[in-house]
Amino acid sequence: METEKKEYKVIGTRPIRHDGVDKVTGRALYGADFQMTGLLHGRVLRSPHAHARIVSIDTSRAEAYPGVKGVVTAKDLPEAEDRVADLGEGAVNLKYLCDNILASDKVLYKGHAVAAVAATSPHIAEEACTLIDVEYEVLPPVLEVRQAMEADAPLLHDTLKTTSMGETADEPSNVASHIQHQLGDPDKGFAEADIIVERDFVTGTVHQGYIEPHNATAHFNQDGQLTIWCSTQGAFTVREQVAEILQYPISKIKVVPMEIGGGFGGKISVYIKPVAAMLAKKTGKPVKVLMNRADVFEGTGPTPASYVRVKMGATKDGKITAAEAYLAFEAGAYPGAPVGPGAMCIFAPYSIENVIIDGYDVVVNKPKTAPYRAPGAPNAAFGSETVVDELAEKLDIDPLEFRLINGAKEGDRRADGPVHPRIGCIETVEAAKAHPHYTAPNGKKHHGRGVASGYWFNIGLESSVTINVNSDGTINLIEGSTDIGGTRASIAMQAAEVLGIPAESVNPSVVDTNSVGYTAVTGGSRTTYATGYAAYEAAQEVKQKMIARAAKLWEVDEANVQFADGEFSSINGKEEQISFRDLCAQLGQTGGPVVGSGTVNPGGAGGAYATHVVDVAVDEETGKVEVLRYTAVQDAGRAIHPSYVEGQIQGGAVQGIGWALNEEYIYNDEGTMTNASFLDYRMPTCLDLPMIDAVIVEVPNPGHPYGVRGVGEVPIVPPMAAIANAIYDAIGIRMTELPMSPDRLLKAMGKI
Amino acid sequence: MQDFSYVSAQTVPEAVALLDEKGEKARILAGGTDLIVQVREARRDVDLMIDVKSIPEVNVLNYDANAGLTLGAAVECYKIYAVDAICDAYPGLVDATKIIGGTAIQGRAGVGGNLCNASPAADCIPPLIVLNATCVIAGPNGERELPVEQFCTAPGQTALEKGEMLVSMKIPAPASNSSSFYLRFIPRNEMDIAVVGAGASVTLDDAKQTIVSARIGLAAVAPTPLFAEEASALLAGREVSDAAIDEAAQAAQAIARPISDMRGTAEQRTHLVGVLTRRALNGAIQRVRDTA
Repeated sequence: METEKKEYKVIGTRPIRHDGVDKVTGRALYGADFQMTGLLHGRVLRSPHAHARIVSIDTSRAEAYPGVKGVVTAKDLPEAEDRVADLGEGAVNLKYLCDNILASDKVLYKGHAVAAVAATSPHIAEEACTLIDVEYEVLPPVLEVRQAMEADAPLLHDTLKTTSMGETADEPSNVASHIQHQLGDPDKGFAEADIIVERDFVTGTVHQGYIEPHNATAHFNQDGQLTIWCSTQGAFTVREQVAEILQYPISKIKVVPMEIGGGFGGKISVYIKPVAAMLAKKTGKPVKVLMNRADVFEGTGPTPASYVRVKMGATKDGKITAAEAYLAFEAGAYPGAPVGPGAMCIFAPYSIENVIIDGYDVVVNKPKTAPYRAPGAPNAAFGSETVVDELAEKLDIDPLEFRLINGAKEGDRRADGPVHPRIGCIETVEAAKAHPHYTAPNGKKHHGRGVASGYWFNIGLESSVTINVNSDGTINLIEGSTDIGGTRASIAMQAAEVLGIPAESVNPSVVDTNSVGYTAVTGGSRTTYATGYAAYEAAQEVKQKMIARAAKLWEVDEANVQFADGEFSSINGKEEQISFRDLCAQLGQTGGPVVGSGTVNPGGAGGAYATHVVDVAVDEETGKVEVLRYTAVQDAGRAIHPSYVEGQIQGGAVQGIGWALNEEYIYNDEGTMTNASFLDYRMPTCLDLPMIDAVIVEVPNPGHPYGVRGVGEVPIVPPMAAIANAIYDAIGIRMTELPMSPDRLLKAMGKI
Repeated sequence: MQDFSYVSAQTVPEAVALLDEKGEKARILAGGTDLIVQVREARRDVDLMIDVKSIPEVNVLNYDANAGLTLGAAVECYKIYAVDAICDAYPGLVDATKIIGGTAIQGRAGVGGNLCNASPAADCIPPLIVLNATCVIAGPNGERELPVEQFCTAPGQTALEKGEMLVSMKIPAPASNSSSFYLRFIPRNEMDIAVVGAGASVTLDDAKQTIVSARIGLAAVAPTPLFAEEASALLAGREVSDAAIDEAAQAAQAIARPISDMRGTAEQRTHLVGVLTRRALNGAIQRVRDTA
């Protein structure tokens, strides 16, 4: 591994990120910073009810309020058909998509957008919202997945019928779909087991908690050209979603991605962007719409609460013989819970011959869920990794040794079908086992240590990169991937490696949808992989063109020009040499500017594995869990910029710690979230965390020229189970409900 | 957010006259760490903010080993814990001032504002209760004094009448062999509102073995912060022991009437009253014993 690394000059180093100075000096421009002459301010009116029929909406008082320039409701949207649109991130029912932007006939969660106002100041817009009269017929809400699945549960959608393996049911239901994956013969597998463990698990609704709320400014030119400046994980998906919702041609929409203050999957779906566009159209003025924190919690997609049941069997010598999972995920108001990814990931760290997995996508009266870092996988892994721990414990086998016995390898088949290419599952377990943390003393009373593994499949999808060569030997790298986690640097470094120039000689720019080729969202841990791949291809094209220029300069055949270490040289006779930099100064004379482009849609994303080790202390009197030490091992394939890989690992682990211990949407009986603020939605602060020790393992991905695997998502998969297992080690109680908050621990310990 | 007026009052009578004129729609602005947020989030409708930070009497911070502490209502937390003599005399109050918000908030927020906001979960109030603080209140009919445990009447409600404002708090000088302690339970380590808060003050005999007197104050377990009178009284004359402390803790639990909300459940809070009362008492006793 180490020797392979030495092939590279730029990859594996830690240059300062290109966007760093702007960010630390406060100069970077975010969506809320955007200003424009004549700008109006928009505000969204949201439903106070979790479930209600809209009887009428009267906007006349709001429209008459001084300073109000326009009000929109669902009536201002084009008639949405019940049809399915493919928006790059999977198929979406257009009626559902539109109704989530502005409710037409029913509101399906507290915070559901109902109307919006544009006014000359944000305060006037806010005030005017209180003057919109909405008459509701309040309906009973259903707020929990198992209740929503019951036959007599209140129905959210009269037309929603369960689809199950190609069949659609006759009667309406809150269960949108049922999926099943089967491998081998589970009954036979369980019959062969010497020990079987089966448990139920419940996880809460949690939010990505990005610091920057959603924002959008829209402007319609007189010629019908719509421009949207916004915070997003994908300018092109905003363009597509807005085009579908407004039934407006994509050629007339330009989306300008501003700097982004966090997304974690939550800034892929659109909410206020089409609303800003509708208000801009109605008023003829640019309109800026900002969310506040309560809007973000109540009106944007969290990741689902879930009910998970896992059963696994193993032989006395520790071989897993069969595994079964039942996954019921809350989709929120409209179908689309990530139960599919949960099913893909749940048993992926193991080589198991007999598996059966059932998954259910269920609507409830909560915000429509959105992706969040490895969506679905953490819910599933909380169950499976706890059961694995219990199997190992009952068999008296070290939990990491148990994972080595059963670890997934190249050639093994996942229950949902795909066969693993070269993966680094075993390697992460070995590294965790060899880490000093795992053998450090930990015998204090009420202290415990836990481990868990996790998997995320990662994705490829489309990316485009253009490279313009500058006369001073630098390059401008144009990309369409919003930079959430240091990808300007990690993409620039791959181009720099090809061209033999320093990372600092690359000027990366994330540009609007008119200025670069189609690029899918920053999501699925794909950006350093796929956009990096496109940058590699673009740089290869630049290299070939530069070779042609050197050949022209020296009047030799292109085949006689070599490029190595940033130097072009001629072979076969003529002794010529020129650096990349010097050749850049001669582009004018040798045929004009050099531009390279790369476009990809690579299939070999290569799955990522992680194994985490955590020490906790439990306060037996208060139920509070303190995380004392945390080591997160992960296969990065190839760490392009190790600091940002470590940053991703640490960030994922920390979000997992929050999910494990305190984060959850707390609802009252009416379906109102009672903790819609960062005060009471308790994400961990730096004072709640130890240093997260990130350990990078490198098992190169054969599907990428430099071996890159996506790193952003898998680190959130193991923490919940790792902490639950550590709590068990500390106090001998298996916690099966998330979050493992102090009151739940007190209950489990029988103190209250 | 609606428009509102702002006045920087220069004297107590000026502030009182404005309060008397505007009634409920006028609010005193000191640090603003509660008020400004409430107005911005439309949780409080205010026509007039009366800034009192220029009034000398509300900025007094005066400690005298015999006379005790006069603490102006607008004195910021950071000024309190910057005075060593105050830290030595009233460590329980200082505990609270150091955990209200972060450093930036402590530069603005004060004990007086914490008291007037009258949150059941206010961290400063249990220490004020256990330290026998008295509120000095100015109003249209002159000044009056009120024991701090009578100041809060309901969540967000105080004993202040129309036109009245809190000018300062007076805390008696600590007796010898006495100390105080405050702690709260929060699920995180910072940036949270108390699920339960408990303060204790104790005076021991010269041998530091017997409790001469004690006071226990609780937060977030009733509509107002509570003085646990019975629990306090039963410690008087008792030898320091786990049994005595457990008894007091149980008596404190008996007066808790908490609700379940997003910050904690009623059962959890009642349980925590016991845990935190024990820890507060033991903390105060330890402080007495640690002092030469």
